[in-house]
Amino acid sequence: MSRIQSTFAQLKADNKAALIPFITAGDPDPQLTVAIMHGLAAAGADIIELGVPFSDPMADGPTIQRASERALKHGVGLRDVLTMVAEFRQTNTATPVVLMGYANPIECMGYRDFATAAAQAGVDGVLTVDIPPEESVAEIFSAAGVDTIFLLSPTTPDVRINLVASKASGFVYYVSLKGVTGSANLDLAEVASHIPVIRSRCGLPVGVGFGIRDAVTAAKIAQFADAVVIGSRIVEEIENSPRDSVVANLTQFVTEVRIAMNAVVR
Amino acid sequence: MRISEFPDAHGHFGQYGGIFVAETLIAALDELRQEYDVARKDPAFMSEFRHELKHYVGRPSPIYHAKRWSEHLGGAQIYLKREDLNHTGAHKINNTIGQALLARRMGKKRVIAETGAGQHGVASATVAARYGMECVVYMGADDVVRQSPNVYRMKLLGATVVPVSSGSKTLKDALNEAMRDWVTNVASTFYILGTAAGPHPYPMLVRDFQSVIGEECLTQMPEMLGRQPDAIIACVGGGSNAIGIFHPYLHEKNVRLIGVEAGGDGVSTGRHAAPLSAGTPGVLHGFRSYLMQDDNGQIAETHSVSAGLDYPGVGPEHAWLKDTGRAEYVAINDDEAMAAFHDLCRFEGIIPALESSHAIAHAVKIAPTMSKDQVLLVNLSGRGDKDINTVAKIAGITL
Ligand SMILES: Cc1ncc(COP(=O)(O)O)c(C=O)c1O
Repeated sequence: MSRIQSTFAQLKADNKAALIPFITAGDPDPQLTVAIMHGLAAAGADIIELGVPFSDPMADGPTIQRASERALKHGVGLRDVLTMVAEFRQTNTATPVVLMGYANPIECMGYRDFATAAAQAGVDGVLTVDIPPEESVAEIFSAAGVDTIFLLSPTTPDVRINLVASKASGFVYYVSLKGVTGSANLDLAEVASHIPVIRSRCGLPVGVGFGIRDAVTAAKIAQFADAVVIGSRIVEEIENSPRDSVVANLTQFVTEVRIAMNAVVR
Repeated sequence: MRISEFPDAHGHFGQYGGIFVAETLIAALDELRQEYDVARKDPAFMSEFRHELKHYVGRPSPIYHAKRWSEHLGGAQIYLKREDLNHTGAHKINNTIGQALLARRMGKKRVIAETGAGQHGVASATVAARYGMECVVYMGADDVVRQSPNVYRMKLLGATVVPVSSGSKTLKDALNEAMRDWVTNVASTFYILGTAAGPHPYPMLVRDFQSVIGEECLTQMPEMLGRQPDAIIACVGGGSNAIGIFHPYLHEKNVRLIGVEAGGDGVSTGRHAAPLSAGTPGVLHGFRSYLMQDDNGQIAETHSVSAGLDYPGVGPEHAWLKDTGRAEYVAINDDEAMAAFHDLCRFEGIIPALESSHAIAHAVKIAPTMSKDQVLLVNLSGRGDKDINTVAKIAGITL
């Protein structure tokens, strides 16, 4: 069983939804990333989504764009991100790490080389925003033992969910609104209505993300989804904290969300 | 497959092209592809397109023999395809009319566009006014400054111009921002992409709409001098004016096709915008093609005196034409383009766009090596009125 699978199996046994915070690797600087990851795990993150900085983050709003720019100022590239994951793995072998980013850094490294290196570093899954199933090389990743996570959106027709399912492993990620990361206006009832269809067509846990900004919303989503992804709100916390209180402030926020989610009756 | 039958059903030109976008846009691209499949076979749609090109754009655009200048260069005869004489002053309008007619068919009342030089922005604002649509144009903050006359033209035409201050503040960042708008407003909005790039079906439909350029040349050249040219030269930013004139000639095997990229300070300096000459394959803006990038796959900053060529990628069909050898690609530096700009002004009384000046500069290079009965056809993709501030600044003159 993969680390992602066993994490979801355990959560299911505990009747809980997964909490998945997102950070950009190298933000605010590369020395802090592994400490942030440990802090997130200690505060109750079940899976960590680690953003790979990219010069042209087309699907991201201003907050995550700025995080990418901060990381790129330090020259953080895909190989550095893998090194960070390997360092995290030295003391944490339980918390799955999913890389989230864009095609070109992986394309540039080569899909096979990347898959091998990612598996070696202890990466569990890869979500490439701009690689839909038609262009995916999921089989190369799964051969290396790395899950391929796909996005589903409100505009995805039901039949297409099956196509995604044929390539997906680990979990699928439902984008809860039309727009880029960090946008507002989440319609919870609308989101909730999509989840059963996706779950039945995919047979995989369904995470929900984009636009989740507080513990109350996270708890509401935890009622019907298998995982809650929080991105821009976490990145804002990093952006607004003095360097030496980043980990403490993140811990406080994630703990709050964790407590609210734990109180949910599912 | 014959060379002109590409792309395949998924938008691939060999290993290039494809659809590399976030899931939210997949349905919109499917809808566009289906609508275009129907429209291109619909005689009413095609006849309206041709009617607009004739009566609104002023097509066919003439081919002009630049005799005095050819004599001065002392070699091949240079003919200019006068896309600069189109309404709005460049080839861009051919494509925006086609896409706006599609938008209208699809019931979209809001159009968005990215622009570099501002020519595509102006052409989009123009058709939006013509068909009564709301228009938002994204433009890199640096380009807003260097192409200010076009910014005002867009505003006069009723468009909203949004300066983009992220990244390198040029065309690629404008494209990122247009994509973000599209993801957010996908139900109401039609994205009028300005060059033969982006996710399928854009490279194909932009090529098809721009192919009117080459199709006219196919009949005009024999009418004028009884034969086809020996070579065709066009500048390549994203590649729309070049593919428009190349595509109808792909099967004319005796006609050399030469694309000219922006060499900036010189390809060897790294400060340029010439992905076909000095880049490597990668994925950006929804498609696979040659890109300018670093060892980490980050997109490199580009440099060109011409805003319309200042782009780190290139349309996928050009990548494929390069690999198959059917077309050749070269780079022309800023100073060579500037010299050609001034030459055309003085020898022929034509002020060319800085983009087009790159194609003209390559003709300057090769015409003298050819005999006097050989013929070069240069795509004069646009007029240079928009560039006079830039040119004056380089000459140290304040207007
Ligand atoms: C006059 C002119 N020529 C050429 C270009 C480059 O675009 P493309 O390579 O798509 O023809 C532009 C772009 O703005 C332009 O304005």
